[in-house]
Formats: sequence, C-alpha cells, structure tokens
Amino acid sequence: MSKFVLEVENLSASYRKNIVLEDVNFRVKQGSLTGIVGPNGAGKSTLIQTLLQLHPSLTGKVEFFNRPFNKSKQSIGYVPQRGSVDWDFPTNALDVVVMGLYGKIGWLKLPSRAHKRLAYEVLEKMDMVKYADRQISQLSGGQKQRVFLARALVQDAEFYFMDEPLVGVDAATEKAIMEILKELKTNGKTVMVVHHDLQTVEDYFDHVLFLNKTVIEHGKTSSVFTTENISRTYGGKMKWAMEEGSHVVDTR
Amino acid sequence: MSYTAWIIVTASLVGLSCSLIGVFLILRKMAMMADAISHTVLLGIVVAYLITKELSGPHMLIGAIIAGLLTAILVQWLNNLSIEQHASLGIVFTTLFAIGVILIATSVGNAHLDVQHALMGEITFIPWETVTIPVLGKIPEATLLLGVVLLIVLICIIAFYKEWKITTFDPALAASLGIPVVFMHYLFMSLVSVTTVASFDAVGAIMVVAMLITPAASAYLWTDKLITMLVISAIFGVISAIIGYYIAAWVDTSISGSMAFATGIIFMLSFVSSPKHGLLAKYTKPMKSVV
Repeated sequence: MSKFVLEVENLSASYRKNIVLEDVNFRVKQGSLTGIVGPNGAGKSTLIQTLLQLHPSLTGKVEFFNRPFNKSKQSIGYVPQRGSVDWDFPTNALDVVVMGLYGKIGWLKLPSRAHKRLAYEVLEKMDMVKYADRQISQLSGGQKQRVFLARALVQDAEFYFMDEPLVGVDAATEKAIMEILKELKTNGKTVMVVHHDLQTVEDYFDHVLFLNKTVIEHGKTSSVFTTENISRTYGGKMKWAMEEGSHVVDTR
Repeated sequence: MSYTAWIIVTASLVGLSCSLIGVFLILRKMAMMADAISHTVLLGIVVAYLITKELSGPHMLIGAIIAGLLTAILVQWLNNLSIEQHASLGIVFTTLFAIGVILIATSVGNAHLDVQHALMGEITFIPWETVTIPVLGKIPEATLLLGVVLLIVLICIIAFYKEWKITTFDPALAASLGIPVVFMHYLFMSLVSVTTVASFDAVGAIMVVAMLITPAASAYLWTDKLITMLVISAIFGVISAIIGYYIAAWVDTSISGSMAFATGIIFMLSFVSSPKHGLLAKYTKPMKSVV
C-alpha cells in the first residue's frame, strides 16, 4: 500500500470576488502521475497556486507528507506556465536552472561552482547543454519548457506540480518531457500535471483528476477516464467530440 | 574641491544610485512607479517638516520611506478593488502630490521648500551648505546624504543580488522556494523612496525620474546579462551627469534639466546603434534564426 502524500480537504478559493474553487477534496498517493483536466476557467492553475499558497485560500486544509505546506516547501517543485515570466529578462538558460537552487543556497551567498555544475548536469539530461549560454529570449517554445523543467528537476523535490508543460512544444520535447515524468514516477516521486489534451490522457497518466470548480472525479485513469466523466466535466458538447476522437482511434 | 567639481560629484552620485535602482524598476515593469514615488515623497518631506520643523537628512528620509510605502500599498489596495494598475497609480500619486502641494502653500510658508524647487531642484546652491566630516573635511550636506544613500543601495543590491534576480524574473517560483517576495517588494519600494528623496533635494523630481528610467532602459539595449546591465546603467548615469553639466554651462541653462536631456541623448544613441537590439543592427544583420 502506497501512502498518501497530499491530502486536500474542503479547499475553496476566489479570484476577484468570483468563486473559482469550491469544496475541493482529494488525496494523492506517492509515486502517482496525475493529469488534471477540465475546461478553460475550471480553476486548474488556481488549484495548483492555492495548494502552493501562491494564491490565498478561503477555506480548507492542505497537507503534504502529513505536514502543513510551510514545513514541506523544500520537497515541492513547481513548473509554472511558460507565459508567466518575461523571457526578455537579461539572463541565460544555465542561470535560470541555477535559480531552482536559490532556496537551498541561503541568504547572502551566491551560487557556487558546484551549484552550476549541478544545473549543467540537469541541462545535459534535458539535452539542452548546447543552449546553456543562450539568452533565454532566443530559445524556442520547446527549449524554454525544457529549461523550466530542468529548473524544477535541479531542486530534487519529492512532489512536482506542472502547469501545462506540453502546451505549444514540439513533438520531440513532448516525448522528452514525458520520459522525464515517467522516470520521476519510477523513482517514487509524485507528479501532478495540468493537461489540456484529452487524447493523450490515457497514454500519459496513471491517475486523472477531473476539475470544474470542484473535483468531478478522481482516480485511476483506467477506471475513471470515461466519456461520461468527460461530459460531466466539460458539458454536453465534449461528449460528441470525444466520440469523434475515439472513432479516429478505432479506424487507425 | 572646486564648485564645479562638487556639482558634478553630487549629480554623479544621483546618477549612480538612480540608475542602479532603475534597472530593477524596468525589469519589474514598474517604471511608472518611479514617477509616482518621485512625486509622493514631497508629501513625506512636508509632513516630516511639519512635525519636526527641520529639513534635515534623517527626517526627510523617514518621511520619504513612509510616503513611498504608502504609495505602493495604496496602489496595490486600489488594484485589488479591481481598478486597473496604471489607473490606480495615477489616482494615488496625483492625490498625494496634491496634498503635499496644498500643505506647502498653506502651512509651510517659506523655508527652502516650494513646488518649483521640488520639480527642478537647485543643484547650483549645493556647494554652499556644507558640514564638516572627520577625514573628508568640509563636504556639502546633500552630497554626504547622497553618498550614504548610494552606500545603502549598493549594500542592498549586492547582499540580496540573487533574491532581487529571482523575485524579479519569476516571483511565483521565488515564493515556492521560500523567498519572501512581498518583503523584497516593499524593501525595494523603500530603496526607491530613499534614493528619490535624497536626489530630490539636489536635482528635483524631473531629473530623478530621468535618472531612474533612462540609463537603465538604455543599458537594457546593450546586454543580455543582469550584472552587465547594472554596470552599464551606472556608467550611463554618471556620463549623463557629466555631459549634462557641460551642456548647461555651454548653453547657460538649468543644470538638472540638461542632465535629464543628456540621459535622453544616450538613450537615442543606444536605440539607434546598439549591436544587439538597435535599429541599425536590425537592418544590417538578418534576424538570428531560432533553432
């Protein structure tokens, strides 16, 4: 029996006076790879930000590894949406990865050579060494995402949150990212990913969390990823689209 | 030191502090905040004067920090009430500045404090008001104050270099790593206020805004490294001060006005000829293909 590493009870949050999350309850097992899916405005990003206390919660209790968030911060890695930062910032790829270590370096100290080597190794793993010195605005979408992922990996966390890491990346990057996620899972790390592409959910994730303001369904992909749950989450129209989708799969 | 030398040294100190702070203002997309704070510190100074009846350094600095933080907090508060960021800024700073102007007109009387002075400064008179410091001898009071402020700015930037960098580039990641993003924000606002008020008395609000924004914006065009951007910005700040003085002496006009003008010239030159992002570079070099 694997243990629960994240327990969320009665979580709610609002954004500019609109309630975006309501009565959210779920528990996540160690070593699981969960896809968070739901329509636009379902509160997927807000859910992650609220769990990480980047966004205020109205009610609820969140525990990572049976401890409150503040005591488990160091074991949690976060990959925000690519668009959340200014890529014209004067810095290079290696530097961005080193930033993942800032929490560990401590006050009044600068990154040492050892920190840089560590960042370099992770870039190597992401097949990005040749871009280490490149100014970040000169990177392609896929390369930016690899840098972001490298920055999270260098933290060597136990639990990772990723916000739409596969949006707008090339096929090779998508494959590379999914390999890394599976490797994390094999090493006993827990990963939750906001995902937009329903077609790939079954291939990529062993658990799925349907979200639309509240948790519609959460469980093993093999048992809860059904057309019924999809239409409950997305509304009627998606059902038709999914049947079209499965039709395409059938004829292949 | 000669009269001219003191003016150039004083203006260069303004150039250094402002252009260093300016780099982070630009990267944090808060350039307009500089404009706002450079005006609202007037209220801080006036209130500090009304309470202490003195126009000395420490009182002004404290008054300015409070006014600067008040500006930042009020803007944030209005913004949270769903008023657009720049609109909130416009509302807050004009209101606080107006209160300052009214207080000067009604309660202050004469006392080396008027609106004209606040906007344009009076760098010409700086060498006359001196204090005697051991080792250094007689130095103008404003210059001493600016020297202290530059020291504070340098210490804060160097000590928290990586914290400034990460909270500027990616505040969400910084927060998730346990770096106090909100504290750094208000520390930064305090630095902006202190720098502004110390420079304010010497050169006036207009040149403070010019020195805060323009050297940093010019430096941004020349480099892709934060540390280099800080160095180039500082150099541009000092060069503008020196060139500005000689322009003023040559045309016989306002010194701080000419210095602000000089920052503009440096920006125009950078904008046209910078090898990385300049206009000429864009025409002569084909765009680098992103692979």
